Amino acid sequence: MRMDLIQPFIGSLDTVLAEMMKTPPKIVDLTMEEDGYRKKGAAALVCFRGQVEGRVILDMEPRAAAHVASILSEGEVDPAEPLVLEAVCELANMVIGNAVTQLNDKGFEFKVFPPERVTQDQFEKAGQDSEATILCFETPSGNVHLNISMQYHQRRANERLPVAVV
Amino acid sequence: MKQFEALTRKKDNQAVRYLVVDDSVFARKSLAKMVESFGGKVVGEAGDGCTAITEYARTMPDLVLMDITMPQMEGIEAVERIVNEHPDARIVMVSSVGYQDNILAALQKGARHFVQKPVKPDALYEIIRYVLNDDGVTATVGAGEQSR
Repeated sequence: MRMDLIQPFIGSLDTVLAEMMKTPPKIVDLTMEEDGYRKKGAAALVCFRGQVEGRVILDMEPRAAAHVASILSEGEVDPAEPLVLEAVCELANMVIGNAVTQLNDKGFEFKVFPPERVTQDQFEKAGQDSEATILCFETPSGNVHLNISMQYHQRRANERLPVAVV
Repeated sequence: MKQFEALTRKKDNQAVRYLVVDDSVFARKSLAKMVESFGGKVVGEAGDGCTAITEYARTMPDLVLMDITMPQMEGIEAVERIVNEHPDARIVMVSSVGYQDNILAALQKGARHFVQKPVKPDALYEIIRYVLNDDGVTATVGAGEQSR
């Protein structure tokens, strides 16, 4: 996977989490997964289509997710509350939206879709046909995982060219 | 949350009326809190573009805060439809996806301004004041009168 496609997601998560939690997160691990990723907590998925195709999953350990939900709702939120998933979706929206903005400004054209909640089944399905890069960020409230799987389709620009008929 | 000098409507000195459109409950709640800290009143909320169109017609707000990436109908299409029906509509796009093409498309369809998420209250306040002042709609209540 191209590093120039991944870098904006790292920078964006770093900036958004640092601003929200008032402490910059630390990248503690980077792995490549071809299958078998297990969900760590509350997760949201954002898909994109176009010159760059793929998906990014933001997966947060329960305490970290509850902390973000508490910040966003300006009140204490229990890790078991459904509000926590909603908060993870909103965080994913901010992180991925900002990264996508940077990529589009660099000339990569693609469309981003609204965040969806992810179940373990969807995780397994998502991992079947693609290789993913998984980054683990450490925060004072627990770890946050960014699971990125994307491909750059250079040929797309030529797809509409006429094909010679024999 | 920091309190701002209240923005009021010039014609009747009443609170500015807002429609907040975002598919995230958190984003709507957070934007509502911000505009209330500007002295405004949220008169409607919508989670997608289709609902935004009907809510606009129902509430006729002074200003709309509109997300871009939403299910069913995206914000840019909703802006186009609202502005076609109500050419004076004042819509500010609020989105985490802020690339040039998106901003340009929104402005071409009739949006007045763009704010990138995460939204900073000071930035949103200045943009709202600018957009409303541009049409001569708002007055800032003098310091000391309504500053809380």
